Amino acid sequence: MAAVAPPVSHSHDISVIRELIAKHKRWDFIFGLIGLLALMIGVLTFTALFVDMAIKGVPRLDLEFFTSFPSRRASQAGILSAWVGSTLVMMVTAFFAVPLGVAAGVYLEEYAPKNWVTDVIEINITNLAGVPSIVYGLLALGLFVYQFGFGQSILSAGLTLALLILPVVIVATREAIRGIPQAIREGSYALGATQWQTVQHHIIPYSSAGILTGVIIGMARAIGETAPIITIGALTFIAFLPASPVQAAPPFVSFEWLLSPFTVMPIQMFNWTSRPEAAFLVNAAAAGFVLVLMTLAMNGLAIWLRYRLRKKIKW
Amino acid sequence: MSAVAPSGSASTTVMAQGLTSARLAQRRSRIWREKLIEFVLFAAASVSVFVTIGIVYVLVSESVQFFRHVPIWDFLTDTQWTPLFDDAHFGIMVLLSGTITSSLVALSVAIPLGTIIAIYLSEFAPFKLREVAKPFLELLGGVPTIVYGYFALLFVTPILQAIYPELPGFNLLSAGLVMGIMIIPYVSSISEDAMRAVPMSLREGSYAMGATRYQTAVKVVVPAAISGIASAYILGISRAVGETMILAVAAGMQPSLTFNPLEPAATITAYIVQVALGDLPHGSVGYQTIFAAGLTLMLLTLVFNILGHALRKRFREVY
Repeated sequence: MAAVAPPVSHSHDISVIRELIAKHKRWDFIFGLIGLLALMIGVLTFTALFVDMAIKGVPRLDLEFFTSFPSRRASQAGILSAWVGSTLVMMVTAFFAVPLGVAAGVYLEEYAPKNWVTDVIEINITNLAGVPSIVYGLLALGLFVYQFGFGQSILSAGLTLALLILPVVIVATREAIRGIPQAIREGSYALGATQWQTVQHHIIPYSSAGILTGVIIGMARAIGETAPIITIGALTFIAFLPASPVQAAPPFVSFEWLLSPFTVMPIQMFNWTSRPEAAFLVNAAAAGFVLVLMTLAMNGLAIWLRYRLRKKIKW
Repeated sequence: MSAVAPSGSASTTVMAQGLTSARLAQRRSRIWREKLIEFVLFAAASVSVFVTIGIVYVLVSESVQFFRHVPIWDFLTDTQWTPLFDDAHFGIMVLLSGTITSSLVALSVAIPLGTIIAIYLSEFAPFKLREVAKPFLELLGGVPTIVYGYFALLFVTPILQAIYPELPGFNLLSAGLVMGIMIIPYVSSISEDAMRAVPMSLREGSYAMGATRYQTAVKVVVPAAISGIASAYILGISRAVGETMILAVAAGMQPSLTFNPLEPAATITAYIVQVALGDLPHGSVGYQTIFAAGLTLMLLTLVFNILGHALRKRFREVY
């Protein structure tokens, strides 16, 4: 702008321009600093969270903590029923979410015609991804717990979380499939394969790593979800384990555990966090530390998988 | 295919015909199988539609029961929320004020920081830093919210109390601030994706005109990516409104009509948790309140989603 001003003398003009450029360059520098600062706020918060929890919780972590039931006495309480419950719920979640999500993703990418039905399904999936998790809890409370009569059980919780992470699995599947070049499909059809044979032998195997990444991220989210599981009425104090899925007597497998009451890691942590005694807060920190480590490990694995995938696959 | 039998001796024709009918039968079963598989896959895809229908059905049917007991006008205008007391009042405004206040605090953290991080990572940061920062932000978004709740209550609140001693142990401020940090990755990653989708030629044109990096970022890239950035904000708002555990842990669960972040208050979500933790009989009015609260929450996020959709349509730039 200043350059347009009537030139008084040539040298003066240039110095004005130089100053202007310097001013704008300064802004570049300042914004670079602001950006780094903003990023550092995120990093520092996370570090504070992690270190704080580690300092308070790690001394409490011993074998007994993992093999004890919750107790009225903080020093004897452990997370046995919580981690067993979390594991069983995750098994149910994966059992439903993975096949459903992958099938839906395959349908939308490989089969779906371009019509309003497909549009409705796609819009639905986008919207479901934005529904607050507690609303899934209400759905499960009304539908699974009371209408279907599953009760406040592992089955209800697993189904709820499966619905919750379904959009994650579907989106990951679709993205992985979209990365497969058209030539692969054409080659398969040219050899006389049907559509399903193409999907079965080419599309799913080639997209499996991408799907796995999405599944891991979804499961990491599900394992930390608290609100929907509290909403269906999971108990906060469980001092027993569900019936074992493997039995000594025939028929050797039992599905009794599916309808058993349960608790999960985040609920156990919530229970300890909301108690006034300081000793329980230490337990909460310890449980939280385990929980954070688990989700970090899962997310880290997913990120690493994706990174390797990007490096390795060259179509 | 083999229906076009090659002309030859009679015996080969007969053989070919036998082959053909066998092949045809095989083909027919194959077509059926393909159709069946397609139907199964379609059924899997339509589960999402049934989930939506299920959500709407459960929320509406229970809320209808609720509004038989409580006039909708009272629900919207009453200034008290005491559904479990003898003198029951059902003023959703009370819970809504907590939700709005905590969301505003969270968004005043998440939107500026998320946007700055997105601009920085997309336009300024060296490649190496970007490669490290993106997965890190993802990890930040992957931490369970109950852990953030613990952090807000036992780490952030004491720090805030050191600055401002009158701050109560439960307050919307610390919950909102931590919630804001949690939402940053949602805002930054989608905004950044939108900015990176802006064609390079626009930046090159800007640089060719003598603009600096900062000018290019703010005056060219951000306006071009505004519809994507708007969706990122909308997602951030939905997350803030629907966030539960941070508020249930760190903001207290007493309902109070306040817009002051320094006070404790219950949000819609925290109320649902509170009721679910207790032992309300199925079918009682208290039980139905959580569905009415949930319906309010759904409508709130729906409004924002529609708004976001309209914004995206209005400002969409196509290259």
